[in-house]
Amino acid sequence: MSNMLQSNQNAMASGQMIVRRLRPVFAFLTIVIVLIAVWEGYKALGAATGNKVPFTGFELPIRSDDTSMPHVWDIFQALFRPARRGGEDVLLIILTKSALFTWREAALGFVVGSVIGFALGVAFVHSTLLEQGFMPYVVASQTVPLLAIAPMIVIWGSRLNWPTWGSVSIISAYLTFFPVTINTLRGLRSPDPTAVELMRSYAATKWEVLWKLRVPAALPYIVTALKVSATASVIGAIVGELPSGVAEGLGRALLTFMYYYVSGPEKLFASILFAALLGILFVSLIVQIERRVIPATRRLDE
Amino acid sequence: MNENNPVVSIQGATKVFNEGGTDRVQAVKDVELEVYPGEFVTLIGPSGCGKSTLLRLIGDLITPTSGGVKVNGKHSKQARIDRDYGMVFQDATLYDWRTVNKNVQLPLEVMGYSHDDREKRAAKMLRLVQLEEFANHYPWQLSGGMQQRVAIARALAFEPAILLMDEPFGALDEMTRERMQLELLNIWGQTSTTVIFVTHSIPEAVFLSSRVVVMSARPGRIHAIIDIDLPRPRGFETREDPRFFERLTEVRECLRAGESGKSHVEGYK
Repeated sequence: MSNMLQSNQNAMASGQMIVRRLRPVFAFLTIVIVLIAVWEGYKALGAATGNKVPFTGFELPIRSDDTSMPHVWDIFQALFRPARRGGEDVLLIILTKSALFTWREAALGFVVGSVIGFALGVAFVHSTLLEQGFMPYVVASQTVPLLAIAPMIVIWGSRLNWPTWGSVSIISAYLTFFPVTINTLRGLRSPDPTAVELMRSYAATKWEVLWKLRVPAALPYIVTALKVSATASVIGAIVGELPSGVAEGLGRALLTFMYYYVSGPEKLFASILFAALLGILFVSLIVQIERRVIPATRRLDE
Repeated sequence: MNENNPVVSIQGATKVFNEGGTDRVQAVKDVELEVYPGEFVTLIGPSGCGKSTLLRLIGDLITPTSGGVKVNGKHSKQARIDRDYGMVFQDATLYDWRTVNKNVQLPLEVMGYSHDDREKRAAKMLRLVQLEEFANHYPWQLSGGMQQRVAIARALAFEPAILLMDEPFGALDEMTRERMQLELLNIWGQTSTTVIFVTHSIPEAVFLSSRVVVMSARPGRIHAIIDIDLPRPRGFETREDPRFFERLTEVRECLRAGESGKSHVEGYK
């Protein structure tokens, strides 16, 4: 009897577990549905009023015709049609390949940028002189427009006989390192003075203070930065592809579909969705890693 | 007072913060103090009297502006490098990514003890502070008093000659505080460690100490040293002993005299 009760409770508990697991999925789907409804609702409104704000003579801010705003269903259908007349691959395949290609550039850039960002943070926490000397350049590096720097990196890269996608990775790394540096530095400085004094009372070396105190204390900050950097690395890769003539990535796909927009607006919207999806997947990968590495009580943004 | 050589010998120690600036503070001035093996000495005084500064000078967490501190006949810095000190702060200062057991092992890791030795010592220390069941808990799963016991276990894990405690029970409620004082005396009795303890609670100072060092503020200096000759082992009944109240009064009047800038003797008139 009590066993039955027990198993009943277990079943209920696991039922609750499933509900709790699925809740974010439901939330995500709900928002997708709402966004589609708003998009299509706007289009229907525009069609009904002749692109006017209801009861007024004002034009709607965005035209609602099928060229400016294709139907969601058309965008979806476009994924399963060849992207070019006479082409073999459907758009879905092309975009998936492009996204994977761009992700490879972004991932390499992300890793390189994160390592450099972390190293700078470690260097700065140990030397105020280094920090004061270099920080202005680190900040300046992020205010110079990426579009101005990207071609330079590509030209230098080609002189060094790098593959072009390698230069794109460098551009991606360039966008990645900054949040990591800033947050690493903040995290490394986060321990209480007494926590540092404690290490001093053990006559610990700087190296031991770094690895036993500062880095573990900084981990939640670093992981938060990695989430920002993951999206930045994707942006960096896409923007880096534009001037560098890389033909296989999302950047070129976006450029091409923009060029042929009038003949197939759905394709551009589909590529934009893919770029967004790539960022989302990359960030959720980092979140998964965070869940494994950092206990819930130490996560910064939960 | 004691035939042995002092464990700690403070010779004319002076500490000035921000020398040369407009915010110059003379935290400690011309302090002379000797602490003998196995003593329990408490530093008490109003806030700003430099008692924490004095403790940090002894532990070589800061260096004196002039004068010096000798520990076991060595310069205080050498003593720190030789790991003669265990520190306990007001906040337990546990590393919250480490379990209780791993927190106690932290100094042992830094000092290069073997894995087996670390486990053995940590287990022994957690038994001493009666937290062996909590070895695999994380700090945030413990109450404030339990966290402070872990901090004490951590400080004692490498058997330092001197335990330096900076208001370790200051953040605890009165009930927990009295229980912790009793436990600390118990541990002290078992380990023969010399303890230097900073507090601003008069009953705490009297209950724990062999000697109470009364300090006065601006600049921080030693105003008087009071022997507490209450019998040991001390327990709950000690707090009801008339001699306990006499000592309380003595320390209190001494503090008041120190505050008004008069000498110890004048304070009694």
